[in-house]
Amino acid sequence: MKNNWLYKHRFLIARRIVQLAIIGLYIAGNAFGWNVLKGNLSSSKIFDVIPMADPYAVLQMFAAGTLLATDVLVGAAIVVIFYALIGGRAFCSWVCPMNMVTDFANWLRVKTGIHREEWQLRISRKARYWILGLSLVLSFLIAAPAFEFISPISMLHRGLVFGMGFGWVAVLGVFLFDLFATKNGWCGHLCPLGGFYSLISKPSVIRVKHDADKCTLCMNCKNICPEKQVLWMIGKESVFVSSGECINCGRCIEVCNDDALNFGLRLKPTKEVKSNA
Amino acid sequence: MADKSPVDKERRKFFIRTLQGLGLAALGGSIWGGYVAEAKYDELVLRPPGALPEEEFIKKCIKCGLCVEACRYRENNPDETKKTATLRLGAPGDHKPKQENMYNYPKEVPLGTPYFVPREIPCYMCEDIPCAVACPTGALDTNTVSSVKDGKKVLDINKARMGVAVVDLEHCIAYWGLQCDACYRACPLIDKAIKLELKRNPRTGKHAFLLPVVYPDVCTGCGLCEHACVTEKPAIFVLPRDVALGRVGKHYVKGWEKKDESRLKGSKGIQKTITPRSEKRPEEYLNTEDLLNEE
Repeated sequence: MKNNWLYKHRFLIARRIVQLAIIGLYIAGNAFGWNVLKGNLSSSKIFDVIPMADPYAVLQMFAAGTLLATDVLVGAAIVVIFYALIGGRAFCSWVCPMNMVTDFANWLRVKTGIHREEWQLRISRKARYWILGLSLVLSFLIAAPAFEFISPISMLHRGLVFGMGFGWVAVLGVFLFDLFATKNGWCGHLCPLGGFYSLISKPSVIRVKHDADKCTLCMNCKNICPEKQVLWMIGKESVFVSSGECINCGRCIEVCNDDALNFGLRLKPTKEVKSNA
Repeated sequence: MADKSPVDKERRKFFIRTLQGLGLAALGGSIWGGYVAEAKYDELVLRPPGALPEEEFIKKCIKCGLCVEACRYRENNPDETKKTATLRLGAPGDHKPKQENMYNYPKEVPLGTPYFVPREIPCYMCEDIPCAVACPTGALDTNTVSSVKDGKKVLDINKARMGVAVVDLEHCIAYWGLQCDACYRACPLIDKAIKLELKRNPRTGKHAFLLPVVYPDVCTGCGLCEHACVTEKPAIFVLPRDVALGRVGKHYVKGWEKKDESRLKGSKGIQKTITPRSEKRPEEYLNTEDLLNEE
């Protein structure tokens, strides 16, 4: 049982179901008037009651110099609390529709052999924090939420719900960038929304846990991980993956043949040990 | 070089990386910022009722589309299939009117923000204003479309100022002397926002002009008139109020209106500028000085 394909892809399948269900419910909200999820990932209502809002968009609006209505603030707080205290950076791997685009690009990249470490365009994984900071500065200077005007993520989820226009060009751009330029280029290096969730989701409870005693150092996990740097402890220490950059996608757990990685609940915050992974 | 410690190298690398980051941020930021500064403004865009002034609206709109969904699924949507509605969200490259050159059309609606094109589908001025109520951020502010009745806040769609209708006197056939009152009949504030004014038609000598005249202080900019106009390209159309209306300046006071006159309260009257020349009356210095003695 433990080696069959379904079991080996259990989180991947679950993620795709969740991602498609969420975007599907938004689409149905606009196309058929269902009220399970209305709006889009920027801001929405569950059953016309519980608000949710993109906290990064709200932050940009603050930077642009405006005070918002309570509805959207409560919505942003709900989202922040969920990811920061419970889910970790799960937005990126379980919700964001762009994840399906970039995962496909990366899968294709590896399958077709386009991917070679030495061919990659080198970008710092810290670039996303620069872009995050820059977006706030620009929002302030231009008095408009700067990233929301160019975000391929918003163009994708808003486009799927309300009509795409030429938004697919931006999505294709991300796809080609990830396919030809840098592996996990968008989600793992550039995306400021991912950067934002990396910063806030450090304290979260749901974490991948490593058991170094069981590890056979096959490095399957590091090969599959879209944010390799978070797995510095593989084969070294039995600790939780504590970096906020871990997207809780569970791929490492699936590919591990030694049961050395599993989801766990980290109830006490741990300090991350510095390392050059 | 042997005495250089690795810490120094790290330091140097750190500074170089920081400077590289700054350089890239400056380049990227100027392109990014330049684009956004352009893309956040469209001169002809018409916003839903209750929208704050455009500058503030752009800051607050989170582009969620809840107003669009509220508009589409309201009970009184004339499209019973609920496939179309007045409001829509701007999508990238979404600047194709159904017919080219047939009506005003916003060319660069800021991405993801709600707007409407009255010639295609006007605003039907729902009394419960579902779009404004749905807005989570306050970009559509119900306070701007409410009045106070019996100490309670009541929604009042007539206070909406989405734009203002403008009549093109040259192409309005009523101004030719033909009988047409399509816009007048379509106006939800008939005889308040559009009035028909009668005038003798000197060309025929025996007919009357029935001229539609818009009263911008009442007009909500819903666009039902533009939608109803019979000419090929509408001769009455809605423009954003910023675009269509002038401004008098606060130094003009309507002395015949009590409210306007009250603005003068506490004023010190007209301040005279005193210069050495203005101490004399004009007649004095104009008649006595060398101006007269010039040869």
